[in-house]
Amino acid sequence: MSLIYPRSGLKAHPLNNSPDYRSTLKRAPSQPLILLPHTLSETTGPVFGHVAVSEIDSDLTRAHAGEPLGERIIVTGRVLDEDGRPVPNTLIEIWQANAAGRYVHVRDQHPAPLDPNFTGAGRAVTDADGRYRFVTIKPGAYPWRNHHNAWRPAHIHFSLFGPSFLSRVITQMYFPGDPLFRFDPIFQSITDERARNRLVSRFDIETTEPEWALAYQFDIVLRGRDATPTEEPHEH
Amino acid sequence: MSTEKPDGLTPSQTIGPFFAYALTPRAYGGSELATEQVAGEGVAGERIRIEGTVLDGDGAPVGDAMIETWQADAEGRFHAAGNAGFTGFGRAETSAEGGFFIETIRPGALPGPNGTTQAPHLTVSVFARGLLIRLATRIYFDDEPGNAQDPVLALVPAERRGTLIAKRGAGGIFRFDIRLQGEDETVFFDA
Ligand SMILES: [Fe+2]
Repeated sequence: MSLIYPRSGLKAHPLNNSPDYRSTLKRAPSQPLILLPHTLSETTGPVFGHVAVSEIDSDLTRAHAGEPLGERIIVTGRVLDEDGRPVPNTLIEIWQANAAGRYVHVRDQHPAPLDPNFTGAGRAVTDADGRYRFVTIKPGAYPWRNHHNAWRPAHIHFSLFGPSFLSRVITQMYFPGDPLFRFDPIFQSITDERARNRLVSRFDIETTEPEWALAYQFDIVLRGRDATPTEEPHEH
Repeated sequence: MSTEKPDGLTPSQTIGPFFAYALTPRAYGGSELATEQVAGEGVAGERIRIEGTVLDGDGAPVGDAMIETWQADAEGRFHAAGNAGFTGFGRAETSAEGGFFIETIRPGALPGPNGTTQAPHLTVSVFARGLLIRLATRIYFDDEPGNAQDPVLALVPAERRGTLIAKRGAGGIFRFDIRLQGEDETVFFDA
């Protein structure tokens, strides 16, 4: 199947020029972007399906000898293209803070405890139906110095490739009903409310496992449409 | 299976400052899916090294960026069969001084739109704290005569074209700095 990449969907994305998020002030380009034709360089991309991503890579609670502290959760979803077709065999990389809101990263200075049983990095490759599944713990909110009393809503960072350079995206998954949404300039940098809410996972009682873990569902839609859509039958 | 048309794309968010232990985890002892080494031993082509610094609007180094590169092989092919050791994909975290490098082979020329020929280049994504969506740019090479006919360079105002062209210096190393903002700002594309 040959894909095309219309630009019409790109309006869902935030602008780099989003001054309420202060790190953008010296980093957002000031010159206009130059419209790039989609050549072979853009419509191709790396393939990781062959890379050995083992089953344990998608269970962030089993990376150490003991179990991490916090609320165990299951995160599942499907990766789809703009037509709603599954994106199979595509790499997903995730990373997150621990239950106390602390990252393993050496530069995280938040005075909350590290958890010796939690790193917070995972990988998965989607199956033939575009499905993925992670087991992890619910990350904590954490403070940052963007403005007075600034706290990030709890989130998991997601990195996806899809079929080409054009479908590449890095985003963040949030949890339903977080009271920090309205105060967070990163979440609010997405100006369209419907687009913003696509980053909020859905509590999923069907996938929740009794006596074990709550589940959240997060579907991801990547750029790309079928170049030759089958004609829909006309209704008369 | 239902193929209900989705509401729209999943919006981008910043990579943030704390991605390294997952995406470029060498210092954390993690396994890396891709590194600065794009071409393994035995891959045909001229070995090249590209070095650069990512700078912000004040000219200060950006020490928490991730650079990804994507390119054709020496024959201008993507995903060519029988080209073991060459993925075409590179990934580098900037150092505290904003520095990065990529070691690869020089890509070949390849077809462009409307019968044109694209000069050899790498396609680049820049991710960083403070970037809500990745920046797309290209690395061309200053010793390629085909640059003059390249259909993408032709879209760039002449006075800014140089920001897309790596310059060969001491030891044959190509230099390609990425200026996110301000004077001599790198050309970024709306892909
Ligand atoms: Fe984060």
